[in-house]
Amino acid sequence: MYAQMVKSEGMKSLEEMSPEERAFQERIDANEKIEPKEWMPEGYRKTLIRQIGQHAHSEIVGQLPEGNWVTRAPTLERKAILLAKVQDEAGHGLYLYSAAETLGVTRDELTEKLLSGDMKYSSIFNYPTLTWADMGAVGWLVDGAAIMNQVPLQRTSYGPYSRAMIRICKEESFHQRQGFAIMMKMANGTPEQKEMAQDALNRFWFPALMMFGPSDADSVHSAQSMAWKIKMNTNDELRQKFVDETVPQAEFLGLTVPDKTLAWNEEKGGYDFAEPDWNEFFEVIKGNGPCNEERLSARQKAWSEGAWFREGLTAYADKAASRRAAAQMAAE
Amino acid sequence: MPSLPDAATPDAAALAKQAAAHQSHDPHVADVDLQPALFDWLCRMGDNSLVLGHRLSEWCGHGPALEEDIALANTALDLIGQTQMWLALAGEVEDAGRTADDLAYLRDTSKFRNLKLVELPNDDLAVTLMRGFLFDAFHFELLKELAGSSSPRVAEIAAKALKEVSYHLERSSDLVVRLGDGTTESHERMQAALNRLWPYTGEMFKADGVDEAVAEAGIAPKLSDVLPVWQRTVDDVLSEATLAKPDRKFDAQTGGKQGRHTEHLGFLLAEMQFLQRAYPGASW
Repeated sequence: MYAQMVKSEGMKSLEEMSPEERAFQERIDANEKIEPKEWMPEGYRKTLIRQIGQHAHSEIVGQLPEGNWVTRAPTLERKAILLAKVQDEAGHGLYLYSAAETLGVTRDELTEKLLSGDMKYSSIFNYPTLTWADMGAVGWLVDGAAIMNQVPLQRTSYGPYSRAMIRICKEESFHQRQGFAIMMKMANGTPEQKEMAQDALNRFWFPALMMFGPSDADSVHSAQSMAWKIKMNTNDELRQKFVDETVPQAEFLGLTVPDKTLAWNEEKGGYDFAEPDWNEFFEVIKGNGPCNEERLSARQKAWSEGAWFREGLTAYADKAASRRAAAQMAAE
Repeated sequence: MPSLPDAATPDAAALAKQAAAHQSHDPHVADVDLQPALFDWLCRMGDNSLVLGHRLSEWCGHGPALEEDIALANTALDLIGQTQMWLALAGEVEDAGRTADDLAYLRDTSKFRNLKLVELPNDDLAVTLMRGFLFDAFHFELLKELAGSSSPRVAEIAAKALKEVSYHLERSSDLVVRLGDGTTESHERMQAALNRLWPYTGEMFKADGVDEAVAEAGIAPKLSDVLPVWQRTVDDVLSEATLAKPDRKFDAQTGGKQGRHTEHLGFLLAEMQFLQRAYPGASW
């Protein structure tokens, strides 16, 4: 899940709603898609901008931990696959910024908010990628956790968001497979490789569980977002589903999930597992994670050092437009 | 569960072997007299795309705009793909059991055969883009000729690569024009990049015994025939970009093709080859 703790606007009952709001809610209840130029409550628009924006930022910042290994990928094939994957993430960012733009905010505005720290990205990308096995763990666990949230979001009420999610999910499931393929190679490789694989699982397991955000069973914000169908499941439901799917995969790899309390619970038909350290989560969100400063400063540097490039292209486009206009005038 | 069924696709090496069985017959591949020159020349082709692809991949996640980030990664990806084909063929010609990965990851600097131009650090994006253009203009023309090579294997690789590289050239020349004729700053940066890179361009056209041997066998064109076309492309684009051709010797920096490189290549390889060197024999 690449959007965490997105604040939503207050919740109203059908009786409290204006006729417009009620008609809007009824369309959502009937599973109709809301399209850009249609009327929507301000709260719906604002919440979506926050959520899609945060998701887009996560894709962009998410390029960095994997980009960290592109130049050290161990074979030509792995290098090509990793490059293609990181490039896909940039593409996801592009779809999502475009979806956000249909709500009346520009990509540049959202970028400025990311760079100033006013908008967040997923906590997971503030963890370092230390060995090649981390490329496996990120694909397997991080993309795996993201998919849990993104698959249901294909049915979200906002048309452009839903369509972006459909495209993204196709690529993400491929990403997860490539991550798992790396883990298989490592887990079945030399003792050093297996050690790297286990170490990667040890470091990424709890941060991956944090990706779903703290329990929101009683959250008003979540209830409103769920009523609007821009959030489809509670954080706890998704986390449980992720654990249930991932534990057997770890067993298949011959790796140990770093949770001594992990046990199958026949009654609920799922695993019991330990909560991540939520203090750590809040510290990471606040900017005290292992890589917060590196990630943000890499984005700031890319943006500020790229200013001349963007300005150059804009200046050329303006010149070309006036040249065309002048040529047209001369012809008339 | 585990619900990731196609993670266990057949090994890529097995697939490559199957594909190799369908390769066109190519008498040059087993020509003993030509072998040393052809091997060297194929390494030049593969190493140029490997080293330039690697340099471009360093931009991944750090581009000035999303579209540019994606385009740089895409170009790098094309070049890495081309590397796999050229170096695999080089390994076949050498016939010593070395794969494309062995050649990429287990040779030291003096065995690399790429141009010095492509190993220079990225510096700012102006240098990266200008280098891209100067190389693309050469690469495109070379591949166009290679698509009609007397070696069917070379012609096949060239035909595939040409599709990609014609787009690289279209994009890089367009950007050189836009940034050259953009703001004062973008103009100055592009001009400075051109001045810096110019002495490295002549190496592309400086033929030695290897180039002459493959040209004589009809495998590759004479580099002296490629030069005028390159010059025309460069003149046209620079003039539209309002950039001035530098008044410096264009072939002052050579030697890469013979394995005498700049200081930069060693660091590039140290990074690229780290895992293969630190864990010899491991499979990734």
